[in-house]
Amino acid sequence: MSALLDVKQLEVAYGGIKAIKKIDFHVDEGELVTLIGANGAGKSSTLRALSGLIKPVGGTVTYKGQDITGIPSHALVGLGIALCPEGRGVFARLNVHENLLMGAYARNDKAQILREVDEIYTMIPRLKERTAQLAGTLSGGEQQMLAIGRAMLAQPKLLMLDEPSMGLAPLMVEKIFEIINLIAKRGTTILLIEQNAQLALENAHRGYVLESGEITLAGDAKTLLADPRVKAAYLGG
Amino acid sequence: MTTLVADNKKKLIAMLLLGVALLLLPIFAGFLGQAWVRILNITLLYVMLALGLNVVVGVAGLLDLGYVAFYAVGAYTWAMLASSHFNMHLPFWVLLPLGAFLAALAGLMLGAPVLKLRGDYLAIVTLGFGEIVRILMNNFDKVGLPWSDATYNITNGPRGITGIDGISFFGFNVSKGLEIFGLQLSGLQLYYYVFLVFTIISVIGVWRLQHSRLGRAWQALREDEIAAKAMGINTRNIKLAAFAFGALTGGLSGGLFAAMQGFVSPESFGLLESVMILAMVVLGGMGHIPGVILGAVLLAAMPEVIRYVADENMQHKVFGTVLIAPEVLRNLIFSLAMILIMLFKPAGLWPSPEKK
Repeated sequence: MSALLDVKQLEVAYGGIKAIKKIDFHVDEGELVTLIGANGAGKSSTLRALSGLIKPVGGTVTYKGQDITGIPSHALVGLGIALCPEGRGVFARLNVHENLLMGAYARNDKAQILREVDEIYTMIPRLKERTAQLAGTLSGGEQQMLAIGRAMLAQPKLLMLDEPSMGLAPLMVEKIFEIINLIAKRGTTILLIEQNAQLALENAHRGYVLESGEITLAGDAKTLLADPRVKAAYLGG
Repeated sequence: MTTLVADNKKKLIAMLLLGVALLLLPIFAGFLGQAWVRILNITLLYVMLALGLNVVVGVAGLLDLGYVAFYAVGAYTWAMLASSHFNMHLPFWVLLPLGAFLAALAGLMLGAPVLKLRGDYLAIVTLGFGEIVRILMNNFDKVGLPWSDATYNITNGPRGITGIDGISFFGFNVSKGLEIFGLQLSGLQLYYYVFLVFTIISVIGVWRLQHSRLGRAWQALREDEIAAKAMGINTRNIKLAAFAFGALTGGLSGGLFAAMQGFVSPESFGLLESVMILAMVVLGGMGHIPGVILGAVLLAAMPEVIRYVADENMQHKVFGTVLIAPEVLRNLIFSLAMILIMLFKPAGLWPSPEKK
């Protein structure tokens, strides 16, 4: 079976400086795959290239067998790829409900959208309590929940999450990962970019370790978690 | 349910009263003098301009400091094609849409190169654009071609264009005034009603736009551009649309301005004018239509009211002598009022309810 998302020899550069040096990785349907790495390893650059925010210098991105390299971001939603951007990116002066509806911007099946908004509320009760509250006034964790819920309203086959744990308290991070797991169990394929290697690997099926723009380790998440090199670099011993 | 009905009834009565007041306003103003009617008319034009700029700045979050350029495009379109300048006298139903269309086109021309800019950078470029349009109008009285010595007078330069046709339809010239039921209505008073109609159309148009799918996309763009893209919003297209729709309103009011004034010159379209319209939007409450209207009415009317308060007679009465030149004092009070409003109501005088 061919992969849902297949990245081959991807290269990203800012000016003359290469941020990503010919990396290969793939995500199969139904998988939760994580891309971990330290600050500046190239995680966000990879995701930016995948989501069309920057044009890669080389390589190809294939989704469902279709070449989507360099396709503009807004066109990805129609293909079934949703991005939950770094720093959450909630629409601060819209309320929670309006934020969720914005996730369904590209759709026009109103009744079904409202049903799915309700599903999100059931899955993340915290959002239901805050439905009329402006997104900008939510806590960081609630904003992250909202951003994930909003991305789900695009009915993605592939959900790309950019550092969902960033800047959140440990308790909140656990809650966020519960939600991510729930979404994965329901059959949405997830590509998770994370700095928190421990948590990411505990939850993922497979993982890739990115270092200075290159993939240095890859494999089963459990194996990576036990790998002494990963331990030394990310898990503090 | 009964309270809802009662509420609706109250709203309806309030609307009716407002409607009657708006209809009678120019008649009462006329008793005070035609100068006051002109102030009313200018105020309506400013309301339209502020509504148009609100689409760009308030809803889509694109800071535009050169908005007056679109006003100028509308005004000069009318002035050049309905005066003895080119000896053309096109009717208003050609000129108004044409002016609005050309202004929208100018909006796209401004929008296309600035797609990647935001905030301060965008403000600087739009400011430059506004100045370019004004300078073109100032200097397009001697346009030469590289292959000939002849020059062409397109805008009549700093002297401006005079003798511009007013609005007339079915052979009836609005500028000439009208006697109806024994009531003498001046041309200016009739223009008030014409402007009122266009203002109401603008209000409804902008309201519907703001609450449409496009309006929601603009809001998303304003809040977070990358997230907006991730929602599947083509940010390039909706930015261009914001510039075009904003400019359209500006062009429309420009045409109406030229028709009423009978005279246009580059002086009317300076940077200060752009800043003033922006101040109306910000002071009233960005993104909130009633607030923007309030801001426009206040800022358009306030200088005129202060003119009466700050005049020499008043200073003679209070201080026994003229301490400060009226024009200076007027600007002083005006600026002070703006600073105070921004200090005490940073979100504007009448912001959207949820922003309180």
